[in-house]
Amino acid sequence: MSEEARKPAGRKKFELDPKLSEYRGIWVFVEHERGVVHGVSWELMGEGRKLADKLGVELSAVVMGSPADDPRKFCREAFVYGADKCYLIEDALLKNYRNQPFTKGLTDLVNAYKPEILLLGATTLGRDLAGSVATTLKTGLTADCTELNIDAEIRSLLATRPTFGGSLLCTIQTLNYRPQMATVRPRVMAMPQRDESRSGAIIEATLSLLETDIVTKVLDFIPDENSNKVNLAYADIIVSGGKGLKKQENFQLVRDLARVLGAEVGATRPVVQSGWVEAERQVGQTGKTVRPKLYIAAGISGAIQHRVGMDSSDVIVAINSDPNAPIFDFATYGIVGNAMTILPALTEAFRKELHGRKAVVA
Amino acid sequence: MLHIVVCIKQVPDSAQIRVHPVTNTIMRQGVPAIINPYDLYALEEALRIKDKFGAYVTVITMGPPQAENALRKALSFGADDAILVTDRAFAGADTLATSFALASAIGQIEKNMPVDLVFCGKQTIDGDTAQVGPGIAKRLELELLTYISSIESVNAAKREIVVQRRSEGGVQVLKTRLPSLITMLEGSNEMRFATMPNMIRAAKTKVSRWDRVAAGIEDVSNIGLKGSPTVVSKVFAPSPKTVKAEMVQTESNDPQDLAASLLMRMFTKFPQVREEIARSAN
Repeated sequence: MSEEARKPAGRKKFELDPKLSEYRGIWVFVEHERGVVHGVSWELMGEGRKLADKLGVELSAVVMGSPADDPRKFCREAFVYGADKCYLIEDALLKNYRNQPFTKGLTDLVNAYKPEILLLGATTLGRDLAGSVATTLKTGLTADCTELNIDAEIRSLLATRPTFGGSLLCTIQTLNYRPQMATVRPRVMAMPQRDESRSGAIIEATLSLLETDIVTKVLDFIPDENSNKVNLAYADIIVSGGKGLKKQENFQLVRDLARVLGAEVGATRPVVQSGWVEAERQVGQTGKTVRPKLYIAAGISGAIQHRVGMDSSDVIVAINSDPNAPIFDFATYGIVGNAMTILPALTEAFRKELHGRKAVVA
Repeated sequence: MLHIVVCIKQVPDSAQIRVHPVTNTIMRQGVPAIINPYDLYALEEALRIKDKFGAYVTVITMGPPQAENALRKALSFGADDAILVTDRAFAGADTLATSFALASAIGQIEKNMPVDLVFCGKQTIDGDTAQVGPGIAKRLELELLTYISSIESVNAAKREIVVQRRSEGGVQVLKTRLPSLITMLEGSNEMRFATMPNMIRAAKTKVSRWDRVAAGIEDVSNIGLKGSPTVVSKVFAPSPKTVKAEMVQTESNDPQDLAASLLMRMFTKFPQVREEIARSAN
């Protein structure tokens, strides 16, 4: 059911079930695939550090992987990003992500060591795992949060997430259940500073499963080709287009500028729905959250749906023919005009700028 | 014959939702109710399996009485049977309580005809949680297959299914056993048009209405508000950034001048952007 229909709960005096008070500490699940940790795990480590300090508890990483992944190195990285401890399950059965062994491993760890808060990235892996673990543990899970905080008085996680396409925000609490679980999408939280001097203890646990216990088999893994790989969430420069570009052919102007800048191409939901670009390029509530150093928005009005996915960008340049477009309320620079003529002019100006610089270097 | 259950949800069309500027409440008036768009990929995939191998497709939804419209729509696309799980006791359910109720109802369906596959959309457009599908799978001990982009094969005799699953950096090819629960990725197929005979059949078919007892739920502590670990403590409007854009204008306002002016201002105030572009363009 949607949150708005569930109505805010009245403020009653809350007392935590004494059985649950033994749950202590904050855990961040460290997601990795083919030797690389997903950035969202470190973003969560940074956020988890703040929450742990507010509660006065330890921050722990959870790393699960096969010996071939060398998961110990991810534990060491976790310390550098702020973890005090790392729970490690190293088992060849964890070679590729499969729901059953990961659910079993994480559920067993929670039952053995009892964290009060468990955070995961809102990725395909994180959502698959979080939903399964929360159901198995019969506890609350808040998806796709954009803000986390603590009500210190009752040691409660305040998980804030957008609802109704970003038009409203709601804060959700899991009161008399533990752990309190939440997923956070990539790029919503800032990447923390590395501190190479930090280290911590690794606590090893075993996965009590055999391959014959696991029903699902991985037959193959087809990696995305690099040339097609869209890494929008982590791009430093993005050029995005909206329906203000009128026709699919005009979207080429966005691509031209992106090529000159070495930028990724983004788009609004209507553009994706019209089939002008692939779904992976959608920025916004139902697409990706991005926080590049430069975001150029052409023919984008700045509807809340889009805004929630990009307003943490460092510098936003907006081009729109409507001087009252909402995007001018939060962009850094605004140009009122026809995107179809301004985009090529920008492409040319950046090209000159770059060539000029190269000439100086040479 | 395979028996497939497809879970759907009737949602307000989020593209048409407006928030009241003063009261910060959702203005539902005139907002059409639609089948959650992600669920259509699930339904279409189930119907394709029916076309290919033969299957009986039951659609199920939990919601208010008017959610029957969503079920009739699903029947008009080609589903065989429709069940509306509706009871005031379900009100206020979060994803854990919702998955409990739906899993229980699917358990009742199974008493008449064993279920081989359950399909869900990858998430809804109003809740956006993607948690109910995994919740149902865990409760019914079905093999969970999320973010499926294509179904390579279904072997009813060997009780096996091979699927492609989207992961962060590629596609996993997975083989598992039936029964399993699949959440379909968007764009994996395109919903067919309703045929005239199916539309007539949809209008005539009786949609079963199940209250909580019919759905197999005796104890109300697992459903509705009581069965929901999470509580919504606050609903509020995002506080907008109040700093307006610096507008770039020139005397001529022609595109070349505007572009030059923008670059000059931006590179003066944000030299790091200039560095980033130089780095990235190489």
